[in-house]
Amino acid sequence: MLTLSQVNAGYGDFQALFDVSLDVRSGEAVAVIGPNGAGKSTLMRVISGMIPAFGGSITMQDVSVLDTPAHQIVGMGIAHVPENRRLFARMTVEDNLRMGCFSPQFRDRYTERLEFVYQLFPRMRERRDQMAGTMSGGEQQMCAIGRALMSDPKILIMDEPSAGLAPVIVQQVFELIERIRGEGLTVLIVEQNVKQVLKVVDRAYILEAGTIRMEGTATELLESADIQKAFMGM
Amino acid sequence: MNNNIVIAAIGAILLSLPFVGVDSYPLHLIIVILIWSFAYTGWSIMGRFGLVSLGHGAFMAIGGYVTALLWNNVGLTPWIGIPIAMALSGVVAVIIGYPCFRFRIVGHYFALVTLALSEVVRQVIIATRDTTGGSLGYTPERHGEGWSILAIQSDDRVAFYYIALAVWAVGIVIWKAVDRSMARYALEAIWEDEDASAAVGVRVTHEKLKVTVLSAVMTAFAGAMYCQYQMFISPDTIGGVGISLQIVFAVVVGGIYNALGPTVGAVITLLLAEVLRIGIGTENICITDKICLNAAGVPLLIYGVMLVMFIIFLPKGIVGGVLDRWRGPAQTGPSKQP
Repeated sequence: MLTLSQVNAGYGDFQALFDVSLDVRSGEAVAVIGPNGAGKSTLMRVISGMIPAFGGSITMQDVSVLDTPAHQIVGMGIAHVPENRRLFARMTVEDNLRMGCFSPQFRDRYTERLEFVYQLFPRMRERRDQMAGTMSGGEQQMCAIGRALMSDPKILIMDEPSAGLAPVIVQQVFELIERIRGEGLTVLIVEQNVKQVLKVVDRAYILEAGTIRMEGTATELLESADIQKAFMGM
Repeated sequence: MNNNIVIAAIGAILLSLPFVGVDSYPLHLIIVILIWSFAYTGWSIMGRFGLVSLGHGAFMAIGGYVTALLWNNVGLTPWIGIPIAMALSGVVAVIIGYPCFRFRIVGHYFALVTLALSEVVRQVIIATRDTTGGSLGYTPERHGEGWSILAIQSDDRVAFYYIALAVWAVGIVIWKAVDRSMARYALEAIWEDEDASAAVGVRVTHEKLKVTVLSAVMTAFAGAMYCQYQMFISPDTIGGVGISLQIVFAVVVGGIYNALGPTVGAVITLLLAEVLRIGIGTENICITDKICLNAAGVPLLIYGVMLVMFIIFLPKGIVGGVLDRWRGPAQTGPSKQP
């Protein structure tokens, strides 16, 4: 569904990604894991059109993503849950969700999608008139995911959904991800929380210093001695 | 429903004003207030989304000067001259706005760029004094006596009052239309977080540019109407940094988040200016032989103090502040300071 091949990217003279290739198949949940500074955020930015790639190709169902302006990428069925949630803090929960189907092609489905998100996250219905910035971290993450789901995406891309959250909340966030998977959505997650994320995905890629070091199914990686040593402190 | 009754009542009062024996001078003040209100409303359409422009004096000057110059030199009626001036003002807004928005010049930096625009336009008017009259000002040529529909000129204040009232009402309607549009959500979102907005499919540069052009075009129209009414313009009465700051000040005082805020701001600032002008005059107040204070500077001093007080104590302006009191403290809303 989403395929990256030989992607090189960075900022000015600084290259952060070297020949990164990965693919996410329909219905699958895939994680990209790696330490700080491995290039995970750069990877997210290049997929969402925020920075241009130096080379390589990114395609979504055989359509090039790289030539598409940032605001049209959501129209291709790629929805983004940005790092640190990035909600519109001074807007209400419902207005945040409304922004999720801002693009004209989604607007007439607003009511239907809103109902879907409220069914999935009843907490958001309770909080609909609250300022998004005044909610707890976990609720904000729920709202950010809800916002992304408003455009009825084919693939949901999540950038460090557990970042900056208390351990108990992190647990809840991963439960949310399982719930979304239950809806049959394709998911790509970038995470540092290796142990937790490998429990909710099918496959994972290990990104280190801008290159893919390893890939495998979640079970393989969980049992791999290297991974245990490098990421889980075992 | 209640709102509609209030609006109908205010409308009826405004429409019948010339018939209840309002003198010429108060009527003049009201006309000026209505025209300025339209300019302030135009500014607040973008200002309320954190797009603080200190360059609206430039748009106002373009509106007034282009219309008057076309009329005097080419004999082009303001009916065509005003649209040309508005279009030109829109083009200038794009030239200034596009690079700013494309390269993310926001907040203070955007304010500084637009501040420069104010001064550039003022300097151009002064430098081309052979054509524009420079700092001495400029007068559109009279077209016959009394009424001229072709030149949009009139000796009759009552007629101009109705024109100004219509212009003002259109300004409020435009404000409301923007308030109800999807563009409003987009612009609020952009103000909060440009990246997140782009990620949900908002065309950031495009949306900002649209509202900036609308705002600039409205302000140019106000400049042209001011010129048609006063029959005299100078770089200091409709352009330059002074006017740009006056616009910002009035809107902050009145209230930036309400349709009627800019109007209330216009009423307060223009009445205050009149009171100070009549009360203090333009004499020099001398403390000693050598230290003299020109009274013309006193209003500016008072404006400055008031502006600081408003930003600290009433950031939503008079209208916003009163509404908050009235609705009770539970009301939440945008509380960012402009």
